Order: sequence, then C-alpha cells, then structure tokens
Amino acid sequence: MSDGRLVEHTGGEPDEVEALLAETFREEWSRVVATLIRVTGDWDLAQECAQDAFTQATARWRTDGVPRTPGAWLVTVARHRAVDLLRRRGLEAAKLRESLHLREVTVVDDASATISGTGWETLPDDQLRLIFTCCHPALALESRVALTLRTVAGLSTAEIARACLVSEATMAKRLVRAKAKIRDAGIPYRVPPADQLGPRTSGVLAVLYLLFNEGYAASGGDQWMRPPLCTEAIRLTRLLARLLPTDPEVAGLLALMLLHDARRAARVDSAGRLVTLADQDRTRWHRPQIDEGVATLEAALEHRSAGPYQLQALIAAHHATAPTAEQTDWSAIAGLYRQLLRVMPSPVVELNHAVAVAMSDGPAAGLTLVERLEADGRLVGYPPLAAVRADLLHRLGRHAEAADAYRTAIELAPTAAERDYLSGRRAELTG
Amino acid sequence: MKFMLFICVDTAALETLPEKPVEGPMPWADELNAAGIRLDGDRLRSPDAATTVRVRGGEVLLGDGPFAETKEVIIGYDVIECTNLDEAIAIAARHPVAEGGLIEVRPFFG
Repeated sequence: MSDGRLVEHTGGEPDEVEALLAETFREEWSRVVATLIRVTGDWDLAQECAQDAFTQATARWRTDGVPRTPGAWLVTVARHRAVDLLRRRGLEAAKLRESLHLREVTVVDDASATISGTGWETLPDDQLRLIFTCCHPALALESRVALTLRTVAGLSTAEIARACLVSEATMAKRLVRAKAKIRDAGIPYRVPPADQLGPRTSGVLAVLYLLFNEGYAASGGDQWMRPPLCTEAIRLTRLLARLLPTDPEVAGLLALMLLHDARRAARVDSAGRLVTLADQDRTRWHRPQIDEGVATLEAALEHRSAGPYQLQALIAAHHATAPTAEQTDWSAIAGLYRQLLRVMPSPVVELNHAVAVAMSDGPAAGLTLVERLEADGRLVGYPPLAAVRADLLHRLGRHAEAADAYRTAIELAPTAAERDYLSGRRAELTG
Repeated sequence: MKFMLFICVDTAALETLPEKPVEGPMPWADELNAAGIRLDGDRLRSPDAATTVRVRGGEVLLGDGPFAETKEVIIGYDVIECTNLDEAIAIAARHPVAEGGLIEVRPFFG
C-alpha cells in the first residue's frame, strides 16, 4: 500500500484520481476479497460485495479524494453490503448475519484508528489463504489459473477468457465449477501448515510460472506474446514474494520473470516477426527491470538454497547482462543447466543444455546431445527440438538435412510468428 | 466432514490380490478407528461377483459385472470423518493401497 502518496489527494485532477483508483484497485482487490471470503465463507458473495465497494469508491473518491487507508474503507463498505445481502437472503443466513451485526468496525478513514476484535480486520495472512486456496492441487490446473486471475488478480471473466483463448461462457462455467469444487470437496481456506508449505508453495509458483509463460510464448493464437498475462504474473509473484519473504524460490521466480520480461520490446520487430535472443537490439531491453531482477536474484541467493527458479534466473541474468550476444558466457550457462538438471531433471532442460553446449563447444558437440535426446523419444513432437536440430545442422553446413529438419519444425510450430521465422531461416539455406 | 474413500486398483493388479481379506492387524484402519476418524470400511469381492440391477418399464433388468468398464475397479471403501479435504488427502495417502492403486476421495452431502 502506498498510503503516503494517497493521503494528500483530495479532489485532484480527474486523470490523477483515475490512476489512483486503478492502482488502489490492483493493490486492494485481493485483500478485500480475501478478507470477505474468510469472514463469510462465500466466494460469490465476497466478490459481489468487493465489486460493489469498488464501484462506490469510484463515485465517492472522485469527489472526496482517496482515504488514507483505502483497504479498510473498502472492507467496511463491502461488509455493509454483505450484511445487507445476507439479510435479504433470509433466515438461512441468520446466524452469520447476527455475527456480522454484532461485530462493529470503527473508523477507517484515519490510519491511526485501530480496528480490533471485529473479525473483519484484514489479517496479514488473508491474501496468502486466498492464493493457496486458488492454487489447491485438488483443482484442475486450468481452474487454478482461472481462479487466480479472477479472485487474486481481479481480472474480469471476459478478460480471462480472452487471455486463455476460450469463450466468455466457457470461462464463466469454469469459474463456477472451480468455486463449487472448493465448497463441495471441502478444500480448506487456509495457509497450509508448515509440513505442507514447501510443496504447496511450489504448486503456487508453478501456476504463476505457467501464467507467465503463456503470456511470454503463447501456445496458440495469432499473437506470439500476450503481455497482459506476463504483467499479471509478475504482479502476483511480487505479491507472493512480499507475503513469503523467506522463501528464496519465490524471489527466484520473480527475478526470472523480470529478467525475461525486460526483453519483451526487443523480441518482436516492427512487422511482428519474432527476433531471437542473438539478434535482439539490446538497447531496447528494459534496463531498470533487469537491474531489479538481478538485485532480487542476488538477495534470494543469499539464502544459499538455489532451487530451479533461482538457477533459471541465474541463466536469464547471464543473458540479460551480456553486453553483446557474442560476449555471452555460454560455458557458465551450460554449467548452470547441468546444475538445473540435477535438481529438476527434464528433457526440455537437456535440450537447453545442448544449445548452451553448442554455443560454448561448437555445434557438433551440441548436435551429439540433441541426437541422444531424439533417440530416447521423450521429446517427440516438441517443436523446439526440431528447430534446434535444424539450426545446428545449418551451422554445420549440412544443408540437405537442415532443410528436412526445418520442414518438420515449421509443421510443429504453434504460432504464425514462429513459422515465419523458421521459413526465413530455411530460405537462407537454399538462397 | 464425512468422506468416502473408494479403494481402487487397476484390473491387472486385481489378479495379484489375495482372495480373502488379510487377517490380523491393519495398522492404517486400527489407528484411525482408535482415533474415532474411521467410521466404517470393508473390502469388496471382485467385480466378477457384481450384478447390476435396473428397472425399465417396470421390468427388472440384470447385468453381469460392474456398472462401468474401467481400468480401475473398486475393491473396498472406508468412511472417515475429518475437518477438510487436506486431512482426508493425508489419510488417503497413508492407505496401503494408495501406493500402486488409487484412492478416490468423495465428500458426503451435508
């Protein structure tokens, strides 16, 4: 929360108030929803009341300015709305209504006012509860993504539908099903106990990383990147890093995302074509974001427990800080991939390792590793495998084989931008 | 909350199961019984012994075998009472059949 900046604004320029409203929404949405779910146990009610509170805030704050503690203001308004709605629903909720009535919340416009003993104050763990519940492993992965975007990030169903390339009706149904599963299956609304916190945090990170990757290298559609998803993923990971400051893997993932995303502007040329890392105009990389990524990573590494995200961030940092493509320390990167393989064995990591080896020790050494990977069959149909093989054959001057490999790679490539890039490379062979 | 645990194995593993339930102590069930968490539970005979019954147009129709041809078959069940899904999952994960087979965890209504 940026209280200090919000407090002085009474009235103000319309644009400024709009910007503050938008920022407050992003900052406070999940906090308000999280608290309301804890108190009422009703996800739909919580969202409806939070939405309503933000609508009221928009009207009020435009004229009166943004209160000193916008979160508390919003929770109070949302709470009144909840009591109101529950009253209208009648007897079924009588008991809950009573408890809501008896617990009075005092002033909220003044930061010095303490709100105590009401059950309504925003608990520090509320947002964590919400995040862990949205990412519960008993939910389908696509439901975890949808719920996180809707409930934690505050995106509308229409926005999520667009981002996930499904119709709004499909997304609405998915969200309804996910909330029903939480309720009916008995998924607890809580931060997992210490003995489960590690694996459950990894689960949350996996959802956030999936979100980021889907934005960074879209698996379908006309667009090669969907930047809003990257922005949301970074914002959510930043929030999680603030809530779980002692887990270096959370910071590692944040660093990884920042470092990748810093290159966004240079990844596509003016015609929308994909530009590979080696050919990117490094002056278009977002320096402050790279610096933030590196600083975040360095702080994480001080915990001396380098997991997969920190190792991947280290690799990304090598790329992001190399002055030119030629000056990239490929042998260090190959070493980091070997370290990564030890903590996270995966054929995709093996492929990346092969690429790094090809860069540091030459294409022949890389091709040997690629062919070994092909032989074991785990990456059959994986588009980048064919593209890497084509590139290495190309660099070795084995043009006929390279042309075949490019053909396979083009057939497998999921987006038009990638197909165009590969076709261009193949044209260099015959041309 | 009350949960039903369906204890399942795949059809191939069914052949290797002892014909009769094992006699003697069953640490998983004994411990849960003692804690008042396990309310009921038993082993079922193989799907070969199953009969399906349906009534269509007033006529009783019988079928030989289980209601669905699946890779996994139910060989037993347990009913447990605990606070939430996380607890039920932890209990199911300790069930001896969880390793190799699978446990479906389903909440009761109410």
